[in-house]
Amino acid sequence: MTAQSRDERLQPIGLWQRLLLRPELGSIAGLIVVFTFFALMAGSSGFLTWAGTRNYLEVAAQLGILASAVALLMIAGEFDLSVSSMIGVAAISMALLAHPDYGNLPLGLAILLTLGLALSVGYLNGYLVLRTGLPSFIVTLAMMFILAGANIGFTKLITKLTIVSGLNEKIAQDPIAHLFTGTLLGLPAAVWWWLGVMGVLSFVLLRTPFGNWIFGAGGDANAARNVGVPVHRVKITLFMLTAAAATLLATIQVMGLGSANVLQGQGKELEAIAAAVIGGCLLTGGYGSVIGAGIGALILAIVQQGIIYTNIDLDWFKVMVGGMILGAVILNNHLRKLSMQVRR
Amino acid sequence: MTPLIELRKVSKYFGPVVSLKDIDMKVYAGEVHCLLGDNGAGKSTLIKTLSGVHQPSEGQIYMEGQPVVFKSPRDALARGIATVYQDLAMLPLMSISRNFFLGREPQRKVGPFSIYDAAFAARVAREEMKKIGIDIRDPDQPVGTLSGGERQSVAIARAVYFGAKVLILDEPTSALGVKESAMVLKYIVQAKLRGLGVIFITHNVHHAWAVGDTFTVLNRGKSYGTFGKNQVTREQLLQMMAGGEELEALAVELDLIARKDPSTAAAEHQAAEELHKPN
Repeated sequence: MTAQSRDERLQPIGLWQRLLLRPELGSIAGLIVVFTFFALMAGSSGFLTWAGTRNYLEVAAQLGILASAVALLMIAGEFDLSVSSMIGVAAISMALLAHPDYGNLPLGLAILLTLGLALSVGYLNGYLVLRTGLPSFIVTLAMMFILAGANIGFTKLITKLTIVSGLNEKIAQDPIAHLFTGTLLGLPAAVWWWLGVMGVLSFVLLRTPFGNWIFGAGGDANAARNVGVPVHRVKITLFMLTAAAATLLATIQVMGLGSANVLQGQGKELEAIAAAVIGGCLLTGGYGSVIGAGIGALILAIVQQGIIYTNIDLDWFKVMVGGMILGAVILNNHLRKLSMQVRR
Repeated sequence: MTPLIELRKVSKYFGPVVSLKDIDMKVYAGEVHCLLGDNGAGKSTLIKTLSGVHQPSEGQIYMEGQPVVFKSPRDALARGIATVYQDLAMLPLMSISRNFFLGREPQRKVGPFSIYDAAFAARVAREEMKKIGIDIRDPDQPVGTLSGGERQSVAIARAVYFGAKVLILDEPTSALGVKESAMVLKYIVQAKLRGLGVIFITHNVHHAWAVGDTFTVLNRGKSYGTFGKNQVTREQLLQMMAGGEELEALAVELDLIARKDPSTAAAEHQAAEELHKPN
């Protein structure tokens, strides 16, 4: 190699080329578009106020907690559709365990026991997927029905109802509940949990060996195994993490409402996947970003809350969500192709 | 001199299927040992046995004279046997440096945490690629932007960097064009000159002949034996790969059919005519 050709090769890489390598790029563009749209449409009716901002941030936070974990699982090449039912199970479980008429355990213990239950469900999901070799889509779809059905059956057996309420007094007395319901610097706890979970998981993904294994397990499980990545361990850990995220979300909801509902969390599995996909995650695994999933959650929340401030009928929310998903995936696909073009 | 790795009477069965039968093979440091054979000859099973994916049903593997059992690919890797598979074990969407260090990530202590040392990974990946003559501009670029030959080179550079003693290359040139193949063959020789034992699996005799020191030919799960470059010719290797005697037998058979043909044809013609005769 001559000195001259080396110099020529070492030319700085353009900012645009660097940006193209970021999976979040498409979602940032989407965020700007959506925010501008609602700022123009509803800026005068309260969307831009602090209260409006708080509104969509709280919605984004709840979805974002779930989407951060779901994004990691998707990057590792797996799905978890049972995460929605897991929210309901976790909510009912901790409500029953803590309820004065039933378990009457301290709140903290009820939450910990529920977390233990969730982690075992996550482990079972992972074990079944890896053991049977079936697509996780099918296995967790089955688990979604099993958990939802068992939750209703079990709750009715014990309480004759599908709602466990009457926790308000206990929550008011327990300082632990404050961790999930309080506010800090004017922002609700959920938002801080979201930022924390997103920060930690993004750090794990990008700055730890385990994160590299997540990309490897999803990119090509066989290839990753051949170079020594413990693919099974990675995937099972992430199934458990997803169940843990569902438990955190359930805790925030139960502490906030003072009650639990068997239907809690329904539909969240697809919203979380939508957020992850808008944020640049590939359905086939091996590519994506936790921050992107967070931005995806923020976009969905802005659409959901922003529409209230406009005079558009709320029924159109889902149409906009669908449009967002389609647009984001097409854009992300195009950007990824650009980034994969040989640079010479 | 003790061989780096030696197989003695290694057999591998999958249920009733005999994939390998009584294979003997020795690979020395600083040689390119070519493993030749047609499709289904047992090459893949043999390298999977060497790299810890399969365990032999019978026989024993020795490393530097000591009997060894590889429990997993990770185990074999830890003992210095690196395998570059045909599918490359490269993740196209992942950056070059992350691919380079996948499974053996460099770590840096920050307070109580061990974190992935991205700067070190990027620097080493670039340096190691430069050593084998590929100047990558940006170690963060996805592997998918590299050509097939360059990807093979990344895989080889990775194995060498991680101190492999034995480098197993599974059909590294089969999907490549002429120039790219030449590039990969060059790295094979470089790895050999660094004192590695290279096992080069191919069904291209010309590529094998260009870089090989010794040749082992497999056919239907059995070995025809190992030959030095001075003991055999390219044509003989080709003959053995195709199952030499079988080819001769086939030639005889083809000849017989050709000779029998005129009479058979006449008989068939007559039979056909009789069928069409009006009653």
